[in-house]
Amino acid sequence: MQNNFLSFVKKESLHILRDSRTMLIVMLIPVVLMVLFGFAISTEVNNIKVAVVAPNRTDAIRKAVTQLAQNDYFSFYGYISNDQVDKKLRSGEVNAVVLFVPDYERRMVDVGSGVSGSPVIQLILDASNVNTAGAASGYLQSILWGPVSQQTLFETRMLFNPQMKSAFNFVPGIMGLIFILVCAMMTSVSIVREKEMGTMEVLLVSPVRPFKIIMAKMIPYFAISCIVLLLILFLAHYLLGVPMSGGVWGILSLSMLYLVLSLSLGLLVSTIAQTQVAALLISAMVMMMPILMLSGMLFPIENLPKFFQVVSTLIPARWYIDAVRKMMIQGVPIAEVWSNCAILFGMTVLLLGVSFKKFNDKLE
Amino acid sequence: MNDVVISVRELTKRFGDFIAVNRISFDVPRGEIFGFLGANGAGKTTAMRMLCGLSYPSAGSGTVAGYDIRCESERIKRCIGYMSQRFSLYNDLTVRENMLLFAGIYGLSRREALAGSERMLGKLDFVSEGDTLVGSLPLGWKQKLSFAIATLHSPEVVFLDEPTGGVDPVTRRQFWEMIYEAASQGTTIFVTTHYMDEAEYCSRVSVMVDGEIRALDTPARLKQQYAANSMDEVFRILARGAKRGE
Repeated sequence: MQNNFLSFVKKESLHILRDSRTMLIVMLIPVVLMVLFGFAISTEVNNIKVAVVAPNRTDAIRKAVTQLAQNDYFSFYGYISNDQVDKKLRSGEVNAVVLFVPDYERRMVDVGSGVSGSPVIQLILDASNVNTAGAASGYLQSILWGPVSQQTLFETRMLFNPQMKSAFNFVPGIMGLIFILVCAMMTSVSIVREKEMGTMEVLLVSPVRPFKIIMAKMIPYFAISCIVLLLILFLAHYLLGVPMSGGVWGILSLSMLYLVLSLSLGLLVSTIAQTQVAALLISAMVMMMPILMLSGMLFPIENLPKFFQVVSTLIPARWYIDAVRKMMIQGVPIAEVWSNCAILFGMTVLLLGVSFKKFNDKLE
Repeated sequence: MNDVVISVRELTKRFGDFIAVNRISFDVPRGEIFGFLGANGAGKTTAMRMLCGLSYPSAGSGTVAGYDIRCESERIKRCIGYMSQRFSLYNDLTVRENMLLFAGIYGLSRREALAGSERMLGKLDFVSEGDTLVGSLPLGWKQKLSFAIATLHSPEVVFLDEPTGGVDPVTRRQFWEMIYEAASQGTTIFVTTHYMDEAEYCSRVSVMVDGEIRALDTPARLKQQYAANSMDEVFRILARGAKRGE
């Protein structure tokens, strides 16, 4: 009976290859997402327009302003007077204003010697976009602190991602999302399509075991997903410069486990959905939303309300994204994330078991 | 040659309180074209699904090709062919690929499969269309192809579930010629149909009403018994008392 299994795998591969539009989409989605998140959408803040109010333009102030103007994140708008501040911020001509007190240099000496603790620089920011304002304030403080005082009270070092590139953070998230999309959606739709077309019935009347039907369906989708996986890793490393310091093999093997998990999710969906549209909706809405919101892809899990933190532990993508992030960026070897691997493995076994059982029950 | 291929005793299928098939019994000898008639909802398809091993009987017993439908459905699946009322080949595969796929599914070796599909293409006069995608064929051709594929592995019994729905009269005629040819070679044909003129082509006909078999005989004797001119009339007389609607 070897022949019938191979002819099945071949048939499934033909289905996929003949449907060139879907193939194209599957290959394009990861590329588009990577480029989008890598370059266009980022949580980094660029091109902040800064104006300066300085009644006496002393050397120290000039030095600070020069440093600010040279920084990539800022563009220096110019010196403005005190009464223009509100107007310029309101009109959006500037995003931030730095105000130096008139007797800046004398006061700085006091601050340095501990005589006075009152502020010498005021930052006024347009906080209508909270993220931009927060980031800008942080950048401004770190830039202005240097020339302002010789004394450094804190030394901050950003480990693993010193330039704080947001693309690094997104790549694992995209991987967590894309494989669920490709594997779960494509397998569930392809199984449900056979139900809809009536071909599933013909297959079930044939001597092929349901187990083989399913396995034969999963193999080509697994192969495609592996290609997508390599594509993503290639783009991440060579286009976005993600370090992958934890070892490519570790990332690959963990990702393959995640692929199998996504495939079994797709199988589960196919046993629930009766139509292709339903399968699509379930995969897209029921699976994508929690991944976007609760997996730590966009929002840190630590910031979620307690209830959602508990819910998030049920989402496979959370464990996968966390582990990949550690391996890719922190350079941790796979052995260090063994608990994530174990959880994912457990989930895979459970999902496969449940979906096979449900698939068989369907046959009465 | 006159051995029994399908034998059913008191076969019943319940879905909760609803009795879809109520204690039906019949025998079908080898090489017969057995017509299985009934209005929509009379239980034809359910009965047929039980014979094919797609559905487990609630009560009663039966054998197909000598195997028990309760516990040997995997063996039964090897020696039956099945064609459903919905067209069920793969539209995105070519004629030849479909044939090879199903030949493979039924465990034919690569060589047997290739030889069998070429022979079948020749018989259907389809050689020039061998590499055409099935989706682009006209419906009548698709139905003929479905039948050819259902008989590719020379099964003992072929189950046809309303095979000629939506097909033009000329193609239906050709289709029945294929059925006759298969039957003459010893394949038993079990066919459900809506078309009463097709019922006349069958060796024997059973009429199901409300999950029970109300009549079972040759078309000629049924017409005589009910003093009718056509099977259509026979069917109407029998179905008059039906409680289940369309």
